[in-house]
Amino acid sequence: MQGMMIARAGELLENGTVTRVLGWQTGEFVYDITPAVFESAEELEKGFVYNSFCGNNLSKYLIQASRKEGKILVFLKPCDTYSFNQLIKEHRIVRENVYIIGIPCDGKTDGEFLKAKGVKGILGIREEGDNFVVDTLYGEKTIAREDALPERCRNCKSKKHMVYDELMGEEGEVLDSHRFDMVEKLEAMTPDERFAFWRSQLSRCIRCNACRNVCPACSCEKCVFDNPQSGIAQKAAADSFEENMFHIIRAFHVAGRCTDCGECSRVCPQNIPLHLLNRKFIKDIDTFYGEYQAGEDTESRAPLTNYTQEDVEPSIVYTRGGNN
Amino acid sequence: MLKLSLKKLDELFAAMAQSQALYIPADNGGQAQYLRWAPGMKMTAALNTVRSAKDFFFPQTEGLVNFKMTGKTIEVIDPRTEAEDFVVFGVRACDARSFSILDKVFLVDPVDTYYQNRREHGTIVTMACRQPEETCFCTSFGIDPTHPEGDAVCWMTDDALYFEAVTPKGEALKEKIASLFEESDDAAVKAQQAETKAVLDRLPLHTFTAEPLGGDVLMKVFDSPSWKSLSEACLGCGTCTFVCPTCQCYDVRDFDTGNGIQRFRCWDSCMYSDFTLMAHGNSRNSQVERFRQRFMHKLVYFPANNDGEYGCVGCGRCLAKCPISMNIVKVAKCLEGELK
Ligand code: SF4
Ligand code: SF4
Ligand code: SF4
Ligand code: SF4
Repeated sequence: MQGMMIARAGELLENGTVTRVLGWQTGEFVYDITPAVFESAEELEKGFVYNSFCGNNLSKYLIQASRKEGKILVFLKPCDTYSFNQLIKEHRIVRENVYIIGIPCDGKTDGEFLKAKGVKGILGIREEGDNFVVDTLYGEKTIAREDALPERCRNCKSKKHMVYDELMGEEGEVLDSHRFDMVEKLEAMTPDERFAFWRSQLSRCIRCNACRNVCPACSCEKCVFDNPQSGIAQKAAADSFEENMFHIIRAFHVAGRCTDCGECSRVCPQNIPLHLLNRKFIKDIDTFYGEYQAGEDTESRAPLTNYTQEDVEPSIVYTRGGNN
Repeated sequence: MLKLSLKKLDELFAAMAQSQALYIPADNGGQAQYLRWAPGMKMTAALNTVRSAKDFFFPQTEGLVNFKMTGKTIEVIDPRTEAEDFVVFGVRACDARSFSILDKVFLVDPVDTYYQNRREHGTIVTMACRQPEETCFCTSFGIDPTHPEGDAVCWMTDDALYFEAVTPKGEALKEKIASLFEESDDAAVKAQQAETKAVLDRLPLHTFTAEPLGGDVLMKVFDSPSWKSLSEACLGCGTCTFVCPTCQCYDVRDFDTGNGIQRFRCWDSCMYSDFTLMAHGNSRNSQVERFRQRFMHKLVYFPANNDGEYGCVGCGRCLAKCPISMNIVKVAKCLEGELK
């Protein structure tokens, strides 16, 4: 796949369709891949990579990149196309300046995730059938691909691209995932248990803002938490209340716009399962307003910015007993 | 050298915790973190903690002064309490070195008394590394992970813990726990060190050096055209600064309590948009400039002002944790390439 991508990107640069290519660049190790812009066939040859570690969702970079002169080629995995569409819907990306090649994805992992599985001192990784064979400082380790994938890929919602100008490889299907299983477990807890669960998770937060800054739905020019004029700017949570509020406000702000791309949980250095907050909102929106998937299209009105007579009344909170 | 069977590790922790607080690296939510020891708590198998050990002396938030208003009088209250004595057990060589870097910032005139207070009450017990990760490059900064600095040093083999006191604080701790130990020669430690050194030679970054950036190259590096591409994908998040044991910048903020002010400091990051915001405006308006600051500070400015000592200890945390995998090694290698 990587070879085909480099060749095609080279062609599109050569024939003037695009002036730049947004993709992934190799690093020091097999897994530390960085999003990068390439401007020539030589640069692509030298550093362009596409493998099981290219987890970064490139869509958000297009907010800036599509405002520069000339057209940019971007490679989008199925789940990245949802983010792209959502950004188009929010008028954040200049569509004419982007050429999208949809690429297939069979799950992305990362070095940190493999280490959490007990692998130490990663020197290299080979993919052999359904296994990752990891060469380490302390000998070789084999991990089944299935076990080496993080939650978002094990519960992939779709292998189908929602938008593209050109497709590479085979198109997949929207999948029946189990992504709400854990949300259901949380709903089944008592309020006290649930509070304890979230406190134990959120109390680890160091407020590095990685979750917010990587999030394609967090595209405000200036976040209230960064704005000294907002009156609620904060760099560190002074207490547990503020710690909770940052996450709850963020979850509310992206409600109905979060495509469940899973980037927030991927980047969190403290391993906080942030996707569970967002999935709770997605699940509730599905229940109250009918099935809705953000980023599926660019035109429809989102449930939370629309009005229909069937909309739930606020009293739903009491009907549900206020417990979940 | 003192020796203790690992079967007695819990007893050792109990003895250390008897007269002061004890912190050990333990697992929490799938990550290693320093936690206050309580009976039953086990040490993590991870090489190092996600947050560094700097938290003990330079916590993420810390109260500085309170103002209380009653009518027309303002009372100024020092919220500081004398820190309790504490032991941090299991600090790695890289983090142990980070304290001397932080000392160069906080203990020079004017001395930061908040930092000093915590520093004086802490005893550092370090632990030699046995299985370094591929992201480790402490040796590039002259650190020996098989023999860390610290008030006392430990080595852990498969069945025993070896202990050596180094400073008066370490000796004081030794006195409290010596009865648990037996005297031993250092053969097992020597053997382990040799084994670890063989691994260190195979680390992918073992030939990395920041040396070329320590010279008289400030303006050349500052003006490098590469900063743009290096910083292109940076999210400006601050993960790298917050997990780094040597990042030392903070902001001072006021919390309005309704009838007074609590003035506190909290970690800040040069990667943040309002880091250099002043009354006249901001002197670093783009992410390129902010990104450049972090690496210039560690690789160029700090050594220029501190007899060649770099502001990095090679712990590898920013290599492991940056969401876009951009880090000090990639930056240094790229800049050094240009200087050639
Ligand atoms: S990425 Fe994790 S640690 Fe950082 S602010 Fe978000 S939740 Fe907190
Ligand atoms: S270098 Fe990486 S960790 Fe640091 S601010 Fe940029 S994206 Fe975040
Ligand atoms: S810059 Fe990176 S490697 Fe160096 S001390 Fe800081 S976190 Fe560790
Ligand atoms: S950086 Fe050095 S001292 Fe720190 S954990 Fe790695 S090998 Fe050990």
